[in-house]
Amino acid sequence: MGVRRTGGFVLALNPVLCDGFGHCAELAPDLVHLDEWGYPVLTGEPVPFSNLAARESTRYAVRGCPRQALRIERVNLSQ
Amino acid sequence: MIGADQLPRVLHGATGRPLTLAQHDEVFGPLGHAPSLDELRDSGLTGHGGAGFATWRKAQLIGDQRGHTKFVVVNAMEGEPAAHKDRTLIGANPHLVLDGAEYLAGVVGASRIAVCVSRDNPGTINHLQHAIHERERRTRRATSLELHTPPWRYVAGEESALVHWLDDNESLPQYRPRRPHVLRIGHAPALVDNAETCAHVGLIARFGASWFRSLGTETSPGSALVSISGAVSRPCVLEVAFATPLRTILARAGADRDPWAVLLGGYGGAWLDARHLDTPYDNDALAPLGSSVGAGVIIVLPKSGCGVVETQRITRWMANESARQCGPCAFGLPALADDLARLTSNGRDAAAARARLVDRCSAIEGRGACRHPDGVVRLVRSALEVFAEHIEDHVRGRYCAASHSSHHVAAVPSLEREAELVWE
Repeated sequence: MGVRRTGGFVLALNPVLCDGFGHCAELAPDLVHLDEWGYPVLTGEPVPFSNLAARESTRYAVRGCPRQALRIERVNLSQ
Repeated sequence: MIGADQLPRVLHGATGRPLTLAQHDEVFGPLGHAPSLDELRDSGLTGHGGAGFATWRKAQLIGDQRGHTKFVVVNAMEGEPAAHKDRTLIGANPHLVLDGAEYLAGVVGASRIAVCVSRDNPGTINHLQHAIHERERRTRRATSLELHTPPWRYVAGEESALVHWLDDNESLPQYRPRRPHVLRIGHAPALVDNAETCAHVGLIARFGASWFRSLGTETSPGSALVSISGAVSRPCVLEVAFATPLRTILARAGADRDPWAVLLGGYGGAWLDARHLDTPYDNDALAPLGSSVGAGVIIVLPKSGCGVVETQRITRWMANESARQCGPCAFGLPALADDLARLTSNGRDAAAARARLVDRCSAIEGRGACRHPDGVVRLVRSALEVFAEHIEDHVRGRYCAASHSSHHVAAVPSLEREAELVWE
């Protein structure tokens, strides 16, 4: 069912689309922070799917981006 | 036939006028063998446009794509104001470039070849039109060659911006999330190669891979065109073998014997202190020094110049040339230029500006769709390192004569819209 138990994801940004609205930093503060010009800096570290809170906030950030510049990418977490 | 260790290679037989097709056949002889990827791989040719990527890998990637039509794009845009190699090459041997492009088209199975020259370069456009016309008259049918003239902008020569222009008439770099990325014109895969790379391919097509490897080193074989400017008595384009010591190259252009530093690789390159001038000119030897061959530009900075001022002028121009697509580039590069200007004006916050430069460099790096901001960050970082003592003088407010003079080394074009440097 819905919960994926293995693997992880990274949040990816298309910098061409991004216009610096800054919604992502409010919706997913543990994965995104803003630089001095208001553009998002992503941590780039893979997050396991088992981290439900991070996963939920990332989905909010992706849905909440006015430019649809964010994307969730699956990665394999190597132990 | 050109001798194995004879130079020049791609500028062989240059007369000051572009060679006609008949002259070209006489000088270089007929094409040797059928297009093959193995020959390219054995030659070990790397791209001469700046990135230094292996040409055969790129050709293999495009060759493996399925497609009805494929493109070979010859990049002779030359956005770098200090570079003159492509226009020199096309002004000497235009047919060698076209031969190489046709060979590459044979390797990847492309049916169309687009040659791109910036529209501010009418001489080169003329030479190429003439050369293409000559080829049409010889074969008595329409060729696969077409000439395109995108606008002259620094980022317009970036490969994805060039393909974007051919695809959609917009000279803007594209976002490529994963590499290697296959650039497409419509649905057709496109192989983008620099004009000089094509000329080398034209020679490999004639004389073979082992001939090509007789100059240079194992990892960067062959020769390269170098545009030398700055404190030199003869600013010129030279063809040198890879692994020639830098000092020898500078001596051939009549450079200042005791320079302060040289800027290698172009406006997105890195400064190199003059004590490293005995380094061989190839990517393997320059990489530990944080530098690279890049687009084959050398700018010599004399002891009487000021490296910080030169860096500031270059950065300001590069900031203005940003396509303003990505925020860190559109806002970050003008911020870098402002910080450098604070340093040189010996203002009260010069020390703070130096600290901010370091922070902002790491904040900008790797956050653009193309490598334009990364190049500027490399330039600024190398300047902070090479001119560290001189920057200390600026921070302490010592007088620097060069920063007050109007004589500069790097020939940076004047800004078109200086007032609107920060975009919104």
